[in-house]
Amino acid sequence: MIVRLRPIALIAVLLLLWQFAVTRNPLHILPTPWEVVKGIGDLLQHGLLLKYMVASLFRVTWGFVLAVLLAVPLGLIIGWNRRANMAFNPVLQLLRPISPLAWIPLSILWFGVGDFAAIFLIFLGCFFPLLFTAINAVRGIPAVYINAGRNFGLSSRALVSRVLFPAVIPQLIIGMRITLGVGWLVVVAAEMIAVSSGLGFLIVDARNAGNRYDLVVAGMVIIGLIGLLLDMGMRSLEHLKSLRWSYSED
Amino acid sequence: MNSLVEPKKWEKFFWPMLTTAVFLALWHYSVVWTATKIFPSPLDVKKGIAELIHKNVLWGDIIDSLRRVAIGFGAAAVIGIPLGLILGWYPAANKVVNPVLQILRPISPIAWIPVAIILLGVGDHAATSLIFVGALFPIIVASVDGVSNVPSVFRLAGRNFGLGPARLLTRVVFPAALPKIIVGLRIALGIAWLVVVAAEMIAVDSGLGYLVIDSRNSGKRYDLVVAAMLIIGLIGLILDSCFRWLEKIKSVRWGFRDES
Amino acid sequence: MQTAKLQAGHVHMVFTRDGKSTPVLDDISLEVADGEFVCLLGPSGCGKSTLLSTMAGFLSPTSGEIKIDSEVVHGPDPRRIFVFQERGVFPWLTVEGNIAFGLFHLPAAERRQRVAHYVKMVGLEGFEKAYPPALSGGMKQRLEVARALAVNPDMLFLDEPFGALDSITRLVMRGELLRIWEAERKTIIFVTHDIDEAVQLADRVVVMSARPATIQQIVNIDIPHPRDISSPRYLELRDGIFQQIGLAHKI
Repeated sequence: MIVRLRPIALIAVLLLLWQFAVTRNPLHILPTPWEVVKGIGDLLQHGLLLKYMVASLFRVTWGFVLAVLLAVPLGLIIGWNRRANMAFNPVLQLLRPISPLAWIPLSILWFGVGDFAAIFLIFLGCFFPLLFTAINAVRGIPAVYINAGRNFGLSSRALVSRVLFPAVIPQLIIGMRITLGVGWLVVVAAEMIAVSSGLGFLIVDARNAGNRYDLVVAGMVIIGLIGLLLDMGMRSLEHLKSLRWSYSED
Repeated sequence: MNSLVEPKKWEKFFWPMLTTAVFLALWHYSVVWTATKIFPSPLDVKKGIAELIHKNVLWGDIIDSLRRVAIGFGAAAVIGIPLGLILGWYPAANKVVNPVLQILRPISPIAWIPVAIILLGVGDHAATSLIFVGALFPIIVASVDGVSNVPSVFRLAGRNFGLGPARLLTRVVFPAALPKIIVGLRIALGIAWLVVVAAEMIAVDSGLGYLVIDSRNSGKRYDLVVAAMLIIGLIGLILDSCFRWLEKIKSVRWGFRDES
Repeated sequence: MQTAKLQAGHVHMVFTRDGKSTPVLDDISLEVADGEFVCLLGPSGCGKSTLLSTMAGFLSPTSGEIKIDSEVVHGPDPRRIFVFQERGVFPWLTVEGNIAFGLFHLPAAERRQRVAHYVKMVGLEGFEKAYPPALSGGMKQRLEVARALAVNPDMLFLDEPFGALDSITRLVMRGELLRIWEAERKTIIFVTHDIDEAVQLADRVVVMSARPATIQQIVNIDIPHPRDISSPRYLELRDGIFQQIGLAHKI
């Protein structure tokens, strides 16, 4: 029982240090933990928190779903077909390291300032990791599975649906979990720059319109919590029994 | 894997060149046909790159970005690897610290930007700290993972030959964990490269990220925007390739037997 | 009569996990003389590997004690090296690097000499700079034996070292091991589940029961090396052990 309390104790100690460090500093710019909590209450009262959360989640969902719908089939094809892989890999490798944020000027050019631009950025942020996850998942299928499928006379279509798909799903789900996290990171960044609602915007706005750093940090805490919840939600998907075959130990 | 006809060697160059050529052609002609005045064609971008090199701006920005990455990533490695080794070696310590890490991890470095600006002001330090924070977590996680997965035979053998704890850590645990640590470093470098661009767009006024934003803001020079984007992609690719090359060194390659 | 090299006295081992205790070793008492080759024989999972690990000092007995050279065993020691199956070889070191692993207190010149000597002894010449992934299973096993011998231990513990090898390589490796043993005369304790292997290699075979393990019988193999595996005495001893374990003779 005492062992379980230790991480909580560590968090408590860190919070105390934070409180202490801020109150000691004569400039008192950073908020104390307590002020952050009050800030969260403030936001809830004004109904802003819910509104902004919904906006951010809305954009993430759209961007993520679009990325899944496009990246997964494309990735499976590229992973499966060696020539397709040879053809597309260099271009993809070049585009991959370009941060979604670097696309901001182009996305504003194409979509203007607003929801579409933000969704596009999230889509970009999710697309590449998912694409490569799908490619690697297909290339990692043990040859024995394919050979067994062929041995039993499966048609190409059946091979894809009865061997390929089940084989790649565990890895895809992990990839989706990680990519959802990335999407959540990008939405915050996109909102800081390109739109006028959402949690990212909250952070920038709170600072610009009055130096409300308590709200800034409150926003960060909430962002972290939601990110954690999204991650936990996806992890529970991984535990569905029919998908568990690939997790021999976790 | 399924095409029963083996692709020939020349195909390795043919297909990518074909797709790139098609892509460039589509790009070029869509610019011409829509008669857009703003969006650059491939040739415009090429001229843009030449202009940047000519004006001596490009190298400075590249060096600035790389410098920030080097410092932030370097610091993250120097602190993260030993920390990860210790946490992996003492599971009790890990149980205490891990929840804190799990809470801090989803907070994007970009969300830390306001705090960084508050504490450090606009400039190099803010950018480097953001890179440090972004790179730190993957490195710690990978190091912990690497150490906890060292097969017990290796530790037992090390103790059997009379190695004390210090030698055990340096001669057995560290080499055994190294493949996973290197993967973590490669991923962290990728993240660092993304973060530096983001940080430069918001918190500083030099570097490749700044070049992207500035080219648009001061004159809608989209040819330079795209040029900067391509250079970002290229350098990111080079950095990643360096690490993948590291992974091929013989005393580390054993840990990657299953990777394609 | 000389004091035995290793003395196990009333060793009990009980594993507790999640509140449940599993007795693994039940009152094991055994003496091994210096330079002897002893086999611990028993079905898989009976506890013989646990006994070996306890003798090597990786585990502490729940009760009873193990003495080597009349000193109680407290932990692992370079004077008695444990040879795992070939997975114990360090993949980040070359063949030379592995063999030199325990020799860090020696000056460089002497280290090189010893490494060369043992590379030759186990027949790995030409592979000095090779890394383990490039070696076959049998070669990796030989490498591990060389690494163990390089530090000049008094005792070797071998835990089913040939288990992962194909049966032909196994026969070859048994001959190699005997050759090395006759050259260096270490005390060897060898765990196996293969009855033929035990009778071919050991001076004495300690037949162990299923878990919780006790010593069922100790069989003296009085045939001189090299042993003819079709000689009547060999077959007699082997069949005797078959019957001890209660196995049918025909498949």
